[in-house]
Amino acid sequence: MAENQNESYEAFIKGIWRDNPVFVQVLGMCPMLAVTNSAINAVAMGMATLFVLVGSSFLVSSFKQWIPKQVRISSFIIIIATFVTVADYTLLALVPKVHKELGAFIPLIVANCMILGRQEAFASRNTVRLAVMDALGMAGGFMVALFSLGAIREILGNGSLFGVDLFGEYFEPWVIMILPPGGFLTLGLILLFFNWVTQQKDKFIAQVVEAERVASDG
Amino acid sequence: MDNLVWIFISSLLINNFVLAYFLGLCPFLGVSNSLETSFRLGLATIFVLLITAICAWILNTYVLIYAPYLRLISFIVVIASTVQFIEMLIKKLSPALFRAMGIFLPLITTNCAILGLAIFATNRGYGLIEGIVFALGAGIGFTLALVLLAGLREESELSDIPKLIQGIAMNLIIAGILSMAFMGFAGLFSAV
Repeated sequence: MAENQNESYEAFIKGIWRDNPVFVQVLGMCPMLAVTNSAINAVAMGMATLFVLVGSSFLVSSFKQWIPKQVRISSFIIIIATFVTVADYTLLALVPKVHKELGAFIPLIVANCMILGRQEAFASRNTVRLAVMDALGMAGGFMVALFSLGAIREILGNGSLFGVDLFGEYFEPWVIMILPPGGFLTLGLILLFFNWVTQQKDKFIAQVVEAERVASDG
Repeated sequence: MDNLVWIFISSLLINNFVLAYFLGLCPFLGVSNSLETSFRLGLATIFVLLITAICAWILNTYVLIYAPYLRLISFIVVIASTVQFIEMLIKKLSPALFRAMGIFLPLITTNCAILGLAIFATNRGYGLIEGIVFALGAGIGFTLALVLLAGLREESELSDIPKLIQGIAMNLIIAGILSMAFMGFAGLFSAV
């Protein structure tokens, strides 16, 4: 049982940092950049993606024996499209204002390659429990990425977070950040930061290995 | 007529699919390492977009008025199968054309620009002609952005760039600067 627990924890946690879908695998960029001009939009998009990913991972892993191999991709897409339709109408009913701002990008969750990729690479080969944990982790990682991008862009571009003014009237907003170029630039810089962290970590590990080698030689 | 010109210019430059709407970023970042491939991919995309516009119009006019909640599922299924069918047709009729863009066709079907076009055209209530013009503008705009980025990337491979920024981070920053340049086109029509 303990091992089982460990395995699901592993499936969950890898999506948040090590295999983060956006920062490491660079998947699902389209919705990522398009809706992150404010933190609230980013969170709504993250919730919708979470719902779709967990729902379709659950369904795909439960029905994996009955899905013929030749038509699996089309079956996955139809399952995903069903969940996206549900999410679309739910958002329209609950938060019409956010739905209007996200506009065409809610239906476009279907074309998010991260979701299809997870079904193909993980959910169709693992147990229901693992698939759901993996979906939660991946969606969590996606949400972290969406939220950090949305928050950075809203703070710099508008001087606010979740619509609450942060800096008072002396702050001159960087309007470019909430316009499309800001999305590209912010994500580029975040990826740069990730590269830098990885490089520092590799350097550190190399130093430790070197030190150990010297110590064992001596 | 004015309206059509406006739709074309708007989807080509001002609201460029890649640089303003962030649609079709996967091929934009993935395939844009050589000019030749990106040009071919662009041509294939224009072609698929045109088919999509026609399919979406037919579906919207004859089928989806009865069941609007099936919009998403039917768009995906119909577009994917039509593209597959046309791919087979091209393979039979013109092997040369198939070699030029064949391998890209199935890949493009899952590109979000395709679905995005269908959804935008529906939301804005475009008719058949408007839809086709919109698809042309969006496709040429996509090709333009792709070819521009590919050219810049080919140049950048020859120059001395720190290892840290090479790869996707640099491409995103280049795309950001391109996108900023394209924002200038927004002034094109406000002056009129």
